Formats: sequence, structure tokens, C-alpha cells
Amino acid sequence: MAVTVRFFASLKERLGVEREQLDAADIRTVLDVWNAVVENEPLPSTALVALNLEYVQADAAVKDGDEVAFFPPVTGG
Amino acid sequence: MRVRILKDPFDPWQALSDYQREHLTTRGRFGATAAFIGTMRDFNEDKSVERMTLEHYPGMTDKHLTEIATRAMQTHSLMDGLIMHRVGVLEPGEPIVLVGVWSAHRAAAFAACREIIEDLKARAPFWKKEQLPDRARWVERNTPG
Repeated sequence: MAVTVRFFASLKERLGVEREQLDAADIRTVLDVWNAVVENEPLPSTALVALNLEYVQADAAVKDGDEVAFFPPVTGG
Repeated sequence: MRVRILKDPFDPWQALSDYQREHLTTRGRFGATAAFIGTMRDFNEDKSVERMTLEHYPGMTDKHLTEIATRAMQTHSLMDGLIMHRVGVLEPGEPIVLVGVWSAHRAAAFAACREIIEDLKARAPFWKKEQLPDRARWVERNTPG
């Protein structure tokens, strides 16, 4: 299964990764995606998760071709 | 209703005026206009801020601002609305965001304008990074109001 993974703002800077193509067989949820891409660090409790441009919880199921994004609390306006 | 993300500085007063002239063309149709304009300050949390970079998630910002606007239009029976938001590098004094709404009566206009800006701040994927005199920092949360 191939998933596009994106990081934004402080999370992107800290992890040093903006976008990654993840191709793995054992991915079921967005949390699995995080754990596959980010080694040795749990998903921060404050992090927000989007699946195909919609907010989801970490246990949301992913499928082939999805875009998963992780980012810190939003500060627009 | 129109939503725009802008890379360059804009004049919110001109934008409101232009939009009203182009889209609210029937004279006497609306009775109330409410607008909120957010402007970049040169201070935040006791620190001097020299400039700011606004990052966003292209695609998701447009989608969520459109949803926020559509919901407000329906909830408050608005006649029209305009949301504009800057991204990129901003200098103090530059407008960041404009919310403009048009309705028959003032209660709907005030309520919708407030609701849109609060929803935008809570949900739209924008992030501010401030350049201080000695370092840069990401804004961790928005002020309560």
C-alpha cells in the first residue's frame, strides 16, 4: 500500500521531513503511518492529523493512495 | 461567497468595496455589513516581532474555509460573504485576514462574522512563525479572543 505522508510547520522542521511516499504492507491506520515514517518518537498528543484533507483521529483507517498529514495546533487568523 | 488565499499584501477595505460593488448589485437588498480584519502586530507575548511567515496546507485551507463559509451562510441566512487570508512573509501592520459578511439585519451579520473568524482560527490549517530580534519561533496557540 502506498500513502503520501506530509508534515507541516514546527513538526516538519523538527523532523526534517516535508513529504514522503510510504510503501508498506502492514499499514492499517494513520498511527501506523506515523510509526512507520517517524522512528523512535510517539505521535505527539497535541499533533493534529488529516486524512485526504479532513481531520481524523489517529485510529482512522488508511487505504492505498491516501494522503496523511501531521501538524501542530493551527494558528491562523 | 468567496474564499481567497493570498501570497501578496492586500487592502481589505478595497477588497470589501470591490466585492460589494461586483456581487451585491441589487440596491437596497442587504441591510447590514460586518467585517473583521486581523492585522499583524509588532509584539507578541512580551517580545518584539520583526516579521512573520504564514505557512498553510494548500488544498486543505481552501476546503475548510469554504466549508466554514458555507455553514455560516446557511446558519445565519447570509446574503454573501468574503474571506481572504494571507500566506508568506508579512511585515507588522500588514493585514492577515479579512472576514466580510452581508445580511438583511445586524444580528446575523455580527454573529456570522464572529463565528467565521473563530472557526477559522480553530480549524483552518495555517501556522505562524515569528521572527524575533534574536531568533525565530513558531506560535504555539492562538490567543483566546
